Amino acid sequence: MQESSRTATAKIEKRSLSARGNTLRRLSPLATVLLLLLIWLWISDREIISPILVPPPADVAAAFADALADGSLAAHSFTTLGEMFYGLLLGVGIGLAIGYAIAKAPVLEHVLSPIIVAFQSTPIVAYAPLLIIWFGTGPASKVVTTAVIVFFPTLVNTIAGVRAVSPNLLDVMRSLDAGRWQIFRLLELPAASPVLLAGLKTSSTLAVIGAVVGEFVNPQRGLGYLVTSARNRYDTPLVYVSVLTMTAIALSLYSLVALVEWRCLSWRRRSLN
Amino acid sequence: MKLSLENLAVAFSDPQGGLLPALGPVSLAVGEDEFVCLIGPSGCGKTTLIRVLAGLQAPTSGIALCDGVPIARPMRGFAIMFQEANLMPWRTVLDNIALPLEVAGVPAANRYKTVRALLPLLQLENFDQAYPAELSGGMAQRVALGRVMVQEPQVWLLDEPFGALDALTREKLSLELLQLRSRTTQIIIMVTHNISEAVLLADRVIVLSPRPGRLVADVRVDLPRPRFPEMIYERDFLRLAKRIRASIDEISG
Repeated sequence: MQESSRTATAKIEKRSLSARGNTLRRLSPLATVLLLLLIWLWISDREIISPILVPPPADVAAAFADALADGSLAAHSFTTLGEMFYGLLLGVGIGLAIGYAIAKAPVLEHVLSPIIVAFQSTPIVAYAPLLIIWFGTGPASKVVTTAVIVFFPTLVNTIAGVRAVSPNLLDVMRSLDAGRWQIFRLLELPAASPVLLAGLKTSSTLAVIGAVVGEFVNPQRGLGYLVTSARNRYDTPLVYVSVLTMTAIALSLYSLVALVEWRCLSWRRRSLN
Repeated sequence: MKLSLENLAVAFSDPQGGLLPALGPVSLAVGEDEFVCLIGPSGCGKTTLIRVLAGLQAPTSGIALCDGVPIARPMRGFAIMFQEANLMPWRTVLDNIALPLEVAGVPAANRYKTVRALLPLLQLENFDQAYPAELSGGMAQRVALGRVMVQEPQVWLLDEPFGALDALTREKLSLELLQLRSRTTQIIIMVTHNISEAVLLADRVIVLSPRPGRLVADVRVDLPRPRFPEMIYERDFLRLAKRIRASIDEISG
C-alpha cells in the first residue's frame, strides 16, 4: 500500500516536471514568431529592403484593417474555406473508400497504382488548368483541385492503417460472428485511427494549397484571387495580408485535427505512460 | 449439445504450391458437459482443431458437426479464448469484456450491468476503466476469459489460455477455471501442454500425434469432482498422468 502511494507521488512529481517542460515547449514557437516580427520591424525601419518588397508591419496592419472593414477579406476567406471544406470532404471521402478497398483487395493496387502514381507525381499546377476546363470557372474546379491534392495522403494512410489491423483481433471479431460493418466500426476504424488522423493532418494543410492553386490558375474569388489582384496593383501589404490569412487558416485547421487526435487517442497516451 | 468430428483433416498450402497436412484425419465425439483437454507436441494441429470448431478454419476433408449440423462458420453458443489475450488496446477492460454483447446488439446499459456483475468473479473489480496496456499478463488473460464468459457459451474453446503466463499465475488461473467449471455445465475443449493441468481439469484427455495430428490416446479421467489442487499427489492422479506421459513418449519416439 505504502509502496504504491510512494510510486504514485513519484509519478505526480514526474508529471508536474514534464508539465513544466511542456509549457516551455509550447511557448517556444511563439518566441520564434516574435523574433521574426522583430527582424521584420528592424528591416523595414532601416529600409534595408525596399518597402515595395517588404512593407512595414504597420502598413500590413492597416491593409488588414481595411480589408476587414470592407468585408472583402472575410468574403474571400469564406470562398477559400468553402472550397477547402468540400475539397477535403470529397478527397478524403474518396481516399478512404479507395484506400479501404485496396487494403482489403490487394489486386486493386496493381490495377490502380499506375493511375494513382501518375496523378500524384504530376505537379498539380500543371493540370489545374485542365480541371478548370473540365469543371468550369466556378468554385467546383477549385473544389476538385483541392480534392485531388488531398486524396493521395488519405489513400496511402488508409491502406497502411487498415493493413496494420491485427489479424488476431480480426479472429476475435470473426469468432463473434461480427458483420462487415461491425468489423469496420469496432475494429478497423479505431485500429487505423492513429494513422488516419496523421493523414488528415497532412491533408488539412494541403487543402489550402489545393484551393489557392485553383484560384491562382483561374482567379475569380478567394484568397488566391486576392493575392493575384493585389500583386497586379503592386499592393504588397494586401499580398502579405492574404498570405498570412492562408497561413492562419492552415494552422487553425491543423490544430483542429490535432485537437481531435488528442481527444480520440487518449487511450494511447495512457498506454504509453 | 454434442460435438463430433468425422475424419476431420486440415492441410495448408505451402509456398511451393503443395499441401502441408496439419491435422488429422481425426474422429472424435464429445458429449454433453464434457471437459476435454487436448494434449500433444507443438505443431500437432491442436490450435487448428480448435479453430475448426470455432468456425474460423474450414476443414480440407471430413466434417465437424454440432448436434448434426456442419460447422461452417462461427456458431451461436460457441466462444473461443486464444493463446494471447487479444484485447483491443483502445477499449477499457469493461468495454473489452462487453465486446461480444455489443456485437450482439445488447444496449449499453444492459451490457455494462452484465459485465460489472462478472468483474468480482474475475477479480477485476477495480480495473474496469483500465486499458489493456496497464494490465499484467494474468489480468489481461482474465479479461479474455471474461470476454468468453459474458457470451454464456455452451461450448468453450480454450486454446492454451494460460500458456503465455508464468507457472504460478497459470496454476492460479486454472484453479479459478475449475471453480467456474463447478458452477456450469457446458462443454469445454481446452488445449494444453501441461499433463497435470489436463488431468486436474478434464473429464477426458485426448493425446494427439506430431503433425499431422491424429488421435493416439483417449484417456478418461475418473477422478471425483469437485477437484482440488492437492489431488495431484494422489495415486489415481499419478496413475493417469503416467499413462498420458507414456502415450506422449511413445509417439515422440
